[in-house]
Amino acid sequence: MRYVDEYRDRAAVQRYARAIRRRTTRSWAIMEVCGGQTHTIVKYGIDELLPEQITLLHGPGCPVCVTPLELIDKATQIAARPEVIFCSFGDMLRVPGSGSDLFAVKAKGGDVRIVYSPLDALQIARENPGREVVFFAVGFETTAPANAMAVYQAHTQKILNFSVLVSHVLVPPAIEAILSSPDNRTQGFLAAGHVCTVMGYEEYVPLAQKYCVPIVVTGFEPLDILQGVLMCVSQLESGRAEVENQYLRSVRRSGNRPAQDLVARVFRVVPRKWRGVGEIPHSGLGLRDEYAAHDAESRFGVAAYAMEEDSECISGQVLRGVKKPQECPAFGTRCTPEHPLGATMVSNEGTCAAYYRYRRFEQQVAEAAREP
Amino acid sequence: MCLAIPGKLLSITGEDVLRSGKVSFGGINKQVSLAYVPEAKVGDYVIVHVGFAISIVEESEARQTFEYLKQMGELEELEQMP
Repeated sequence: MRYVDEYRDRAAVQRYARAIRRRTTRSWAIMEVCGGQTHTIVKYGIDELLPEQITLLHGPGCPVCVTPLELIDKATQIAARPEVIFCSFGDMLRVPGSGSDLFAVKAKGGDVRIVYSPLDALQIARENPGREVVFFAVGFETTAPANAMAVYQAHTQKILNFSVLVSHVLVPPAIEAILSSPDNRTQGFLAAGHVCTVMGYEEYVPLAQKYCVPIVVTGFEPLDILQGVLMCVSQLESGRAEVENQYLRSVRRSGNRPAQDLVARVFRVVPRKWRGVGEIPHSGLGLRDEYAAHDAESRFGVAAYAMEEDSECISGQVLRGVKKPQECPAFGTRCTPEHPLGATMVSNEGTCAAYYRYRRFEQQVAEAAREP
Repeated sequence: MCLAIPGKLLSITGEDVLRSGKVSFGGINKQVSLAYVPEAKVGDYVIVHVGFAISIVEESEARQTFEYLKQMGELEELEQMP
């Protein structure tokens, strides 16, 4: 496929890896923000092409992983109701709540459906006027325009049986939470290319200045990641802390204005709880009052429900780049993608799931080698 | 979750928020909302996320990744380039 295959070219990958090795004179810890980038890095072994001095930390950018436990519980409570058709992106279905998950609700007869787009859920609402159709509106800034459009069309077309369970999160407040944390190790960031496609990257400039960290807006193919790392290392080595854009073919400085306008029309900024991290101020989106009629939490009376997280899982530290998955005693034994203890093991883009899929055999080999 | 992939815009229908188009992803066609890329025209490559085009691929900028090492003055690499 055009604009995909050429960014996986082996020779170009090796040229970049050599250039990074030449540029690197000391140790640097760089965090890729987005779970899609984590998946590319672990799948293609990009971290193993880098010099030993460079550590890639895997960031919090998987919305499935950071959706708080109580939202999953709200979803399962709503989905279990007989009048409800509950629609969701597929990777939310296995996320464990405190007692159940959406797959279990479906297995017990709940009408839970996987959709590709929020507009598909809206179409289901049009076709089933006698049922309540609820869409699980999760995601970062990338997904917000799509979800905003579904709500906007439901409102203007008076599709009253359509509502959304909103758990939208925003990247810059999460980056700030990581940088201001006392155990922060991150010295540079690869920012999420598709989040910035929507939002642009002007809001990252004050972060780069305040915390003196380079931030490079980066794409998702192997060459994108390597170029992003090279740009970030070049800044670190020369003592610069600027916002740069590697993902030029998609990202404009001011982002996608029509998308931003509809998001601002439908949503407002609210505090959000992040699974494994806790509440971060101004870090999420909620529906504006004008669209409150489409809010599933108030429609089904679950708004006040709260639930604290289990303390066993270290996913919070994994999400902040403080620990790697193998440092968890439950990794690959009591915690697997089939039976996840925490959210980073659930989604394909979760750091623990990526390590389980691509790295667990290496770990077993290393352990076997250590045994006498 | 923020997965978005490039595809070629084959045809356009509708207007304003209901503007949509048929997009080919390596031969697999899908109807995609063009509400957020009002300037997109047939033949453009668009980046698509959950059924919405969120940007138009900038052809000239797409080359940049392959020219960056030269621009960086990585001379040793330059000599090895074909």
